Amino acid sequence: MISDLFARELRVINCGLESFAEELEQLGVSVIHVEWSPPAGGDPRKAALLAALEDEDG
Amino acid sequence: MTRAGLVRKSAYQDSVALLTLARDLRTAAGVREVAALMGTPANHDLLRQSGLLTAEAESAGPNDLVIVVEADSESHARAALARAEELLAARQQQRRSTGRVLPRTMESALRQLPGANLALISVPGAWAAAEARKALRLGLHVMLFSDNVSVEDEVALKRLARDKGLLLMGPDCGTAYLGGAPLGFANVVPRGRIGLVAASGTGLQQVACLLAAGGEGISQAVGVGGRDMSRAVGGTMTLDALDALGADAATELVVVIGKPPGPEIERQVEDKLRGLGKPAVVALLGAERGVGPGEGKVRRVSTLEDAATAALSALRRETWTARPFSRDGAAIHRRIAEARAALAPGQRAVHGLYAGGTLAYEAILLLESLAGPVASNLRPHGDGIHRVIDFGADEFTLGRAHPMIDPASRIEAVAALAKDPRVAVLLLDIVLGHGAARDPAGDLAPALRAAREAARREGRTLHVVASVIGTEGDPQGLAAQVAKVEDAGAWVLPSNAQAARAAAGIAGAEL
Amino acid sequence: MTIASANQIALGRLTGAEPILIDCGPARTVMGLTGRTVLHAGPPLGWETACETMKAAILCAIRYEGWAADDAEALDLLVKGEVEIAPCHAAGAAGPMTGMVTPSMPVFLVEERRSGGRAFATVNEGLGKVLRFGANDPSVIERLRWIEGEAGPLLGAAIQASGGIDLRALMAQALRMGDEMHQRNIAASSLLARLLMPHLARAGKDQDALARVAEFMAGNDQFFLNLAMAAGKASADPCLDVAGSTVVATMARNGTDFGIRVAGLGDRWFTAPVNTPQGLYFPGFGPEDANPDIGDSAIIETIGLGGFAMAASPAVAAFVGAGGFRQAVAVTEEMAEICVGEHPRFRIPALDDRGSPVGIDVRKVVETGITPLINTGIAGRRPGTGQIGAGVVRAPLACFEQALEALAAAR
Repeated sequence: MISDLFARELRVINCGLESFAEELEQLGVSVIHVEWSPPAGGDPRKAALLAALEDEDG
Repeated sequence: MTRAGLVRKSAYQDSVALLTLARDLRTAAGVREVAALMGTPANHDLLRQSGLLTAEAESAGPNDLVIVVEADSESHARAALARAEELLAARQQQRRSTGRVLPRTMESALRQLPGANLALISVPGAWAAAEARKALRLGLHVMLFSDNVSVEDEVALKRLARDKGLLLMGPDCGTAYLGGAPLGFANVVPRGRIGLVAASGTGLQQVACLLAAGGEGISQAVGVGGRDMSRAVGGTMTLDALDALGADAATELVVVIGKPPGPEIERQVEDKLRGLGKPAVVALLGAERGVGPGEGKVRRVSTLEDAATAALSALRRETWTARPFSRDGAAIHRRIAEARAALAPGQRAVHGLYAGGTLAYEAILLLESLAGPVASNLRPHGDGIHRVIDFGADEFTLGRAHPMIDPASRIEAVAALAKDPRVAVLLLDIVLGHGAARDPAGDLAPALRAAREAARREGRTLHVVASVIGTEGDPQGLAAQVAKVEDAGAWVLPSNAQAARAAAGIAGAEL
Repeated sequence: MTIASANQIALGRLTGAEPILIDCGPARTVMGLTGRTVLHAGPPLGWETACETMKAAILCAIRYEGWAADDAEALDLLVKGEVEIAPCHAAGAAGPMTGMVTPSMPVFLVEERRSGGRAFATVNEGLGKVLRFGANDPSVIERLRWIEGEAGPLLGAAIQASGGIDLRALMAQALRMGDEMHQRNIAASSLLARLLMPHLARAGKDQDALARVAEFMAGNDQFFLNLAMAAGKASADPCLDVAGSTVVATMARNGTDFGIRVAGLGDRWFTAPVNTPQGLYFPGFGPEDANPDIGDSAIIETIGLGGFAMAASPAVAAFVGAGGFRQAVAVTEEMAEICVGEHPRFRIPALDDRGSPVGIDVRKVVETGITPLINTGIAGRRPGTGQIGAGVVRAPLACFEQALEALAAAR
């Protein structure tokens, strides 16, 4: 629920620009940076297969 | 002149890291040009067009790092590449030395940070929607900073988010405040009682800074992305965010910032606001419907500054009217008249050079209404003697950093405009805060000084009118930045709207 | 059923398996390996594309069985199809390096209590000039005959007398003693010897035979390797019919190709050319002497040991490269990226008893590009050279990419 987001402590997963994670860390916000790289090495076809095989929501 | 390049396979680096690397390498001796990119198809084209596509780079894939250097000689090029290797190794070493192994996927990140509740996603657009979907499926709220996400993807993602009771901010959401934490490009503003929903990052920044200047603060500020209120997306997140702000005890007043949505959505938003039971201010820039007290507690305004001042007045239970200038009006008009008098014949045009898209848009609207037609990259079919350029638009940021981080594109433009005898006023925004450049005013000041001097030598007065969007608490410090810009000869006004009006006035508009 | 649920089921079978060593006897009877078949490690193999080490081993195995008097005759039998070669996995076995199994060889029988499934592995010959490294001279056959005639039967009697040995419990204990069960089995081998000692002593009347078997076991730090492999196969095979699961159930190499099988796709092999291991070499040897990756021992990584439990084995960490223990921890974290869960039984003391990563997910391998890392001995490419070093090797990404296609098509 969005109200949860307002009420609870923010704990961030940063996926992308590392500078965002660094800044949040300096501000004392709990954050973990993902060492991200394009799925399947950037191959769009394989990425599409992966998307088709993604875990459905429980 | 020679070219040399290197390719590092499976060595993904984010765009800011790459631009920082390129900037460092450009300072190396004898180096003319540097490209540091991932080998995506789009970047291949970019390299080809700029004549930097080497043989090795041809075979590089999207996950491979390509560095190409153009230098005066073979040895200069080699030295620069060696430096690149050093910098990359140092970065890796720095990571390893912390001993911590970073997760490679969002899923394993969640294992390492259980209780994570927000995914801040800024990967390249081609992969952004997929990552956002993963995050939502993991039960995370999402701030989608990435742009170049299709409308279809946005609609599907927001549907999924709504089904799961989650917030999806964006795409192209650059600014937010959640639980007091500034996210993305955000200014340091106090925690307070005003909740905001914004379809624009710099719009939110302008309002937030003025609220802070007025002694108020933010409870929560949700960015919904520029297209949320479009017919296709239906205002999903705007409405959900408003519900949440309505239920939030700490929020006493709500501000909505955006561009005019279709009439249906505008109605839905207004209905929602009226039902919130809290005072609200709506700033839909360029709205056709007149501004006014609105119905009940919902006030409609037409500029970002007015949104802030109306909100402040509402909280103080004061009556509010829109004012063109916040300081001594008479003094301002005098200064405008003097400035006008100093112009050479033929100097007529206002040229806006903007880093913030919404700020540019606001300037266009004001200049149009006061000074006449405006040409802009934001208005492909418009034309006029006045021009406003949003340097943050896609066509300027391909392969370059956003102007809020890297002033190079605006500095170039300033130099060019110094030679244009038709230009009377340069109109600028200087945006501070987290994520912005370390010293935006300092970056621009030399160019501004040089441009004014160049104009002066040719018998012209090139006026520079600016607003600095920031707070004293920002890393750059508002007062220090204002001083630097004024020192370079600029006239700094307290808001973008006032700066645009002053510029229009100098160019001959009746205010 | 969702993929996530299927994977949880596969993971449950993998980690909940109870592999018990219950016998040792000739492959002919224990495995039902009749006819003239030579089993080899890895996915299906064509003779023409086999590496020299594998060829030498197969020819020697044929001579050991007495089906041919010399290599030329042996080759002839193969060409004519009078001797067949087949993967160990197809017959329920797992073999290290060349992985030779023939009817007369004694094999350990491991029974998985929950599924009732069975897996087999030969008695490890020891170090030096041995069949599994493609050595092909009389001493090799002599030793094999001794194993057949003396060691096998004695071990069989002792194992039967013991009532069965819980291999999972043994491996969990060895893991806490610095073994990872692939490159390093010394603790496990010692624990096994200790368990069997009383039963060996009682089983045979012949003091000298007992002494020979005892010396044989005591002199081989890697004695337990084959048992770890049989236990691995017994634990992983029950996954092979979990429809919809993307968990890897088999990883195996034949010196030419690397093959994987996936839980939700049954018996299908997905193959790609093997990589060559890299690491540290014994004196006198270097990278140019290394044989391409070979052996069924990657089944050990498949169940969360070996390279996946590297952080439990500081001695082995040196082979991963500079960085030692920290590097080993990094590898464990890296493998965790591509696994569905953590092993409830195999825990790594140095990581606060965290369970080793287990249940390789094909999707995550392709998504991240992280391929399973296998701790392995490095064999010499010249047949009979034996082990020339130890190091690590990666499974080829192509196997997982192919499996991904098949998984998507199966949906």
